Amino acid sequence: MSFLAAATPTTTWYLILAAVLFGIGAVGVLVRRNPLVMFMCIELMLNAVNLSFVALAKKMGDIGGQTTVFFVMVVAAAEVVVGLGIIVSIMRRRPGATADDISALKG
Amino acid sequence: MELVVFVLSAAMILVGAVGVIVRSNPVHAALSLILTLFGVAVMFVAQNAHFLAAVQVIVYAGAIVVLFLFVIMLLGVDRSEDLSTEPFKVQRPLAAIVGLGLVGLVVAAVVSSRDAITARGDGLNVADAIGDGDTNIKQLARSVFGDYVVAFEVTSVLLVVAVVGTVLLTRRVKSSGKDS
Repeated sequence: MSFLAAATPTTTWYLILAAVLFGIGAVGVLVRRNPLVMFMCIELMLNAVNLSFVALAKKMGDIGGQTTVFFVMVVAAAEVVVGLGIIVSIMRRRPGATADDISALKG
Repeated sequence: MELVVFVLSAAMILVGAVGVIVRSNPVHAALSLILTLFGVAVMFVAQNAHFLAAVQVIVYAGAIVVLFLFVIMLLGVDRSEDLSTEPFKVQRPLAAIVGLGLVGLVVAAVVSSRDAITARGDGLNVADAIGDGDTNIKQLARSVFGDYVVAFEVTSVLLVVAVVGTVLLTRRVKSSGKDS
């Protein structure tokens, strides 16, 4: 177990993990058709970017990265509220709609 | 020790993220999302972002995922959907290619520029010798309410606009009234 104590995760590891998480989220948005699950995948991508911001804030010794993550979280909360409101009003009109069914901006 | 924390939380993040996109039941996807969010919170603690870790658990795992679950239950879509049929055959291979290409490009950029990142700020204050554990919060507060105070005020306007807009969007139009 001595090699475990020797290796410490560097910023590069965190950035690569964030890239993989972002890729999973992007694939989810492209593959899934349920608008709710697509929203969750957008949250995954936002979290990946937050993770890289925090890792770079630690590396560069600058609190500005963490401040940016703070604002990203607030904007993400506002975005989820508006997006779920839109989904609720669409689903109320046509139950069981997928992302393919709501391609036109008309009721 | 640091490595163990990294490996465990990375496993949480990746298992949760894969669970979000492969689970056919939206409720299970939301619960997998919680796993990912907690893993990210652990990584925030490992990166000296203690306040953001608390906010991550309270706002993301506490509020946003509950909002997702609430909407899932409200709309009654909490049953498994059929993921085996794919109407557009080439979509999944194309999505996999796009995802792998994206990850490959970003990883190549990160690895090739790993020596270009140098410290330029004053450094993050961690808990100092006095045992004052909230230095991260103090430093973050000085940044938010000092350098970025205008953005903070604009954010409050954004939240009010979002709430009002959502109430307007989801308002039920009276069927007997004007219907247009």
